[in-house]
Amino acid sequence: MSLRVLVGVKRVIDYAVKVRVKPDKTGVVTDGVKHSMNPFCEIAVEEAVRMKEKKLVSEIIAVSCGPQQCQETLRTALAMGVDRGIHVDVPAKDYENLGPFQVSKILAALVKKENVNLVVLGKQAIDDDCNQTGQMTAALLDWPQGTFASEVIMENDKLKVTREIDGGLETISIQLPAVVTTDLRLNEPRYATLPNIMKAKKKKIEAVKPSELGVDLASRLQILSVEEPPQRQAGVKVESVEDLVAKLKETGRI
Amino acid sequence: MASSTCHLFRAACVRATRCGSLGAYALPGTRARYQHTQSQKNENLGVFRPEPSSAKSLMDIGTRRIFSAEHDIFRQSARRFFQEEVVPHHTKWEKDGQVSREVWEKAGQQGLLGANIPEEQGGMGGDILSSAVVWEEQMYVNCTGPGFSLHSDIVMPYISHYGSKSQVERYIPQMAAGKCIGAIAMTEPGAGSDLQGVRTNAKKDGSDWILNGSKVFITNGWMSDVVLVVAVTNREARSPAHGISLFLVDSGMKGFVKGRKLEKIGLKAQDTAELFFEDVRLPADALLGEENRGFYYLMAELPQERLLIADMAIASCEFMFEETRSYVKQRKAFNKTIAHLQTVQHKLAEMKTQICIGRAFLDNCLQLHEQKHLDSATASMAKYWASDLQNTIATQGVQLHGGWGYMWEYPIAKAYVDSRVQPIYGGTNEIMKELIARTILTIHVPVSLIRLIPSMLKVVSWNSRLAADNARLFPNILESAEKFQSALAALSLDVKGF
Repeated sequence: MSLRVLVGVKRVIDYAVKVRVKPDKTGVVTDGVKHSMNPFCEIAVEEAVRMKEKKLVSEIIAVSCGPQQCQETLRTALAMGVDRGIHVDVPAKDYENLGPFQVSKILAALVKKENVNLVVLGKQAIDDDCNQTGQMTAALLDWPQGTFASEVIMENDKLKVTREIDGGLETISIQLPAVVTTDLRLNEPRYATLPNIMKAKKKKIEAVKPSELGVDLASRLQILSVEEPPQRQAGVKVESVEDLVAKLKETGRI
Repeated sequence: MASSTCHLFRAACVRATRCGSLGAYALPGTRARYQHTQSQKNENLGVFRPEPSSAKSLMDIGTRRIFSAEHDIFRQSARRFFQEEVVPHHTKWEKDGQVSREVWEKAGQQGLLGANIPEEQGGMGGDILSSAVVWEEQMYVNCTGPGFSLHSDIVMPYISHYGSKSQVERYIPQMAAGKCIGAIAMTEPGAGSDLQGVRTNAKKDGSDWILNGSKVFITNGWMSDVVLVVAVTNREARSPAHGISLFLVDSGMKGFVKGRKLEKIGLKAQDTAELFFEDVRLPADALLGEENRGFYYLMAELPQERLLIADMAIASCEFMFEETRSYVKQRKAFNKTIAHLQTVQHKLAEMKTQICIGRAFLDNCLQLHEQKHLDSATASMAKYWASDLQNTIATQGVQLHGGWGYMWEYPIAKAYVDSRVQPIYGGTNEIMKELIARTILTIHVPVSLIRLIPSMLKVVSWNSRLAADNARLFPNILESAEKFQSALAALSLDVKGF
């Protein structure tokens, strides 16, 4: 069985950037701040590319939802080995309200349009840490899901997925078509090499509007306020274990 | 120790990923993308890439108008490579006096070698700016051990430009893979800037050549698999320039002996060596290009060597500046960080201004070179000025670090000793001034004409009728191949050019 894979790549504020809250507390400052591909999405891309190298996959399509700059993120995915990109153009104003539910509706619509039979997504994005898109997409498609994958093996028309769960590892077998979300240890994403970066220039990125996919972006959520995490308070030094125990009792910790 | 927090953190990150630690923020390669700024889109102005002077770090990705978004992706790959595959091993390599073979092969696998060599020949097919990305990223991690730039952008171009089909096929793919390490042997114990002193010679024996002589200060010398050797092939030529040829000499050939790894005051992990040739029998196809044309090949290739030294000098300045900036922001004296002292602030202002001016000129040179318009004198200006600036910034950086700056454990100390050779090799800065002065006081030679020299020379010797045809294209400058050659001599392209 040769698969057609859809990979989600989200453009997020780069990990190394110190994130600042906007003065009006409606969100965080994104203007002029370095963005890059969500690291879990990189792992998803890598997994799809490896499956293609094993000839299990016929085509990999990367999709990114958001403003024009998402095309840069798609370009990186193309340079890693994805075949083509779809940019779902969401203007900056609407992008503020774009949550996992809206994105999963877009993904589900694209799955049907592109006749996809495997969706690989990062388990979460490092900006909002939602960890919902994969699950919601599976629900909307009524497909099985293998989330937090640390190993994915194809067995005929099934996937054997090793999941990272609280107590250890869980191995499940799911029927294709399916949705997989990637955890940290699934693989180590490759470097984009110069010849592949240049080849990526020739690959196509198609731009579509959510309305063309019949997706309504209206959000039922409202952001009340975004706050900085509290500053860490200075600690106390204690002389001995007895002192420590006494202090902890005093503060009601033990 | 605190000034190296950045490095400690980097190292910790790498360690964390190696051990497979939990947590979203120890993701592989994330630290490698250390960056703040990116191109901004303005509806009226289109894409704007900020220059380093207005970026948050002089080493940021997404800056500088000469680069594109594709270069940024490549720079991210290169940055991650140097931080993950070079930084953790460099201290050991400094003790060993050489890097590992493994790092060469890994660099090859990641496509960092031969970035500017055409894909048809087995290179990466990138532009010269892609090569510049690799040069700069190496300096941004302050690791001077691997001689990638010399290998990729000095040795490989000679083979790519002048090599026969079989030489290209034999060396370029292996060199791009990092399996064949290249070196170039020009300098001798008695001949550095002055090539008239070259004594290494090759004599014809049937169709073979017999090579004798010795070379010194050869970058990548100890680990080299192929050495491009400059040798005299015609002692009777009317000037030594007309009697020099280039040979590709493989490591392991009988009579080719590598001396010791030289003990240098800097570049500790670089395997600079002496090489000895005693009756080395070379087959006819060891000759690169044509007999007695070596000097012209050198003339055509040297501007790029100088450009890369200059670009690496400015990149090192950018690294040293950021290193110093982070040190003064945390070092305390008189109950405040020393960054509060006006004398420190003004010194930083001077340093940043000078580096940004240097970067502007270097980017200009890189762009000229990308368009094949960089002339020798301009490349010399870049080399002389940038390498001098590198030494100034190194001295000031160490000074701002105080006593800790004199300690080997601090990156600035390493950058300081590594900077010292830059005004010396690749043509001393004194020679650079000679070359610049010559163009001030003599006729101006268009770059386009200089660029024609190697191809003209090929034509001249291949086919005299064709040469005459070509010569007719430039009736004002030359009437015949013979006149063309004397014209070359008149252009002061003599051996002092080194």
